[in-house]
Amino acid sequence: MKFSGFRVFAEALKGHTGWRPLWRNPDPKPSYDYLIVGGGGHGLATAYYLAKTFGRSRIAVLEKGWLGSGNVGRNTTIIRSNYLLAGNEPFYEFSMKLWEGLEQELNFNAMVSQRGIINLFHTDAQRDAFRRRGNAMMLAGAGARLLGREELRAMVPFLNYDNARFPIKGGLMQARAGTARHDGVAWGYARGADSHGVDLIQNCEVTGFRLDRGKVRGVETSRGYIAADKVGVAVAGSSSRVMAMAGMRLPIESHVLQAFVTEGLKPTIPGVITFGAGHFYISQSDKGGLVFGGDIDGYNSYAQRGNLPVVEDVVEGGMALMPMIGRARLLRMWGGVVDMSMDGSPIIDRTQIEGLYLNGGWCYGGFKATPASGYAFAHLLATGASHETARAYRIERFARGHVVDERGAGAQPNLH
Amino acid sequence: MLITHPLLGLRDAQEFTYLGDARLIDRPAPSAPDAEAAFCDYVFLRDNPAGVHRELWYHEHGDRSWLVVTRDTVTHEVLGAELARNVALARTRCSK
Repeated sequence: MKFSGFRVFAEALKGHTGWRPLWRNPDPKPSYDYLIVGGGGHGLATAYYLAKTFGRSRIAVLEKGWLGSGNVGRNTTIIRSNYLLAGNEPFYEFSMKLWEGLEQELNFNAMVSQRGIINLFHTDAQRDAFRRRGNAMMLAGAGARLLGREELRAMVPFLNYDNARFPIKGGLMQARAGTARHDGVAWGYARGADSHGVDLIQNCEVTGFRLDRGKVRGVETSRGYIAADKVGVAVAGSSSRVMAMAGMRLPIESHVLQAFVTEGLKPTIPGVITFGAGHFYISQSDKGGLVFGGDIDGYNSYAQRGNLPVVEDVVEGGMALMPMIGRARLLRMWGGVVDMSMDGSPIIDRTQIEGLYLNGGWCYGGFKATPASGYAFAHLLATGASHETARAYRIERFARGHVVDERGAGAQPNLH
Repeated sequence: MLITHPLLGLRDAQEFTYLGDARLIDRPAPSAPDAEAAFCDYVFLRDNPAGVHRELWYHEHGDRSWLVVTRDTVTHEVLGAELARNVALARTRCSK
């Protein structure tokens, strides 16, 4: 079933009776060539590229709940490639390029909107650091623009430019960044994977791995044993729990990250604005809600809900930056459990167990990486080698000392 | 969250900063033959359980003591707290 304007028109004449579910709901088969554990954005994207781009078959995605029930539906929908380090920037730029072609690729409206992101700076030292980051972005082809105070004021006049502690001196802009409809991304990849023959198996929790002499043979699930020689785990938030079933300890702590949305308002915020110094960032959804967030709560948590001190901290940051939002009423707030890794960067790698692969450690930034993460993980599963943009994400980087620490915070996950 | 400080009673978690797993008390012996691998595990790897977790909190805006707090990471319920010094002494980490 292909989506098109003509199809919508034709269905309108038939009372919309011709639409069908976007994917099958199959029962698990006894064995597959490839099992992807985790039916979120990354797992579905992995299955899609594995089937479509790498031409593999006999693939299943195992999801504990329903497709897209984890962080792919809990993030604040921002896509960007504005990183500094050589290990990160090409990967996120690869992701950005995949975002730009995603809707045509999937024939699905993921509402990718390149409305731009602006990172604000407040001191000369920060301006220098952002100029350097902008140069790194331009070297990777991501594009960047350093905005002065007046140029910025013309674009976003509603900010408080004369805050006593953090007066705004300008911003680093990536015009190609923006937002995407997060659930739509999961559904688009799910539909694409299903149409290429991938079995998407929901309500199927992995409860153990069957290992034999250092090789993976299959997984035990709540719906019975499923055999496969290659198992890819993409369950960020719960990576430690799942990999512990294979006897592995990971360089990861699980933390809770909160997000917020107000009632719908008229269009006011043109793109994404980040106020790192005040632990606050914001954008406006197409429906009109102000979508914003800030820091993680900062302690180990699997609760999918946070505590009030961080709510206060985020809202204080928002009021300091744009006092006009003080009258907006909060519609919803929620939390998601994220893999906070020891250097703030993800892991896409094989493990010591032959046939068992890990994709995790996405910290609070996994959504923007969804296409490249899926592509790189599919590349690894299909070829056995890291994708050229994901070579810095090997797990042994910690032992070798080659960490990819964008923040420079060291092995302290709640500081990344 | 309220943390049951063994000396000060119930204190708001906002007064504390969080370090992580209480196993960080067990620093490996630097002169052991496998020290490099042991330190790599010590610095980078965590159990990260869903459920009861023993973890180090520092009472920065209080009496500046280090606590070992036992907390459920699924419900955020604080199950108990003890002075990290006492925990370390009980493991004969400190000689004094």
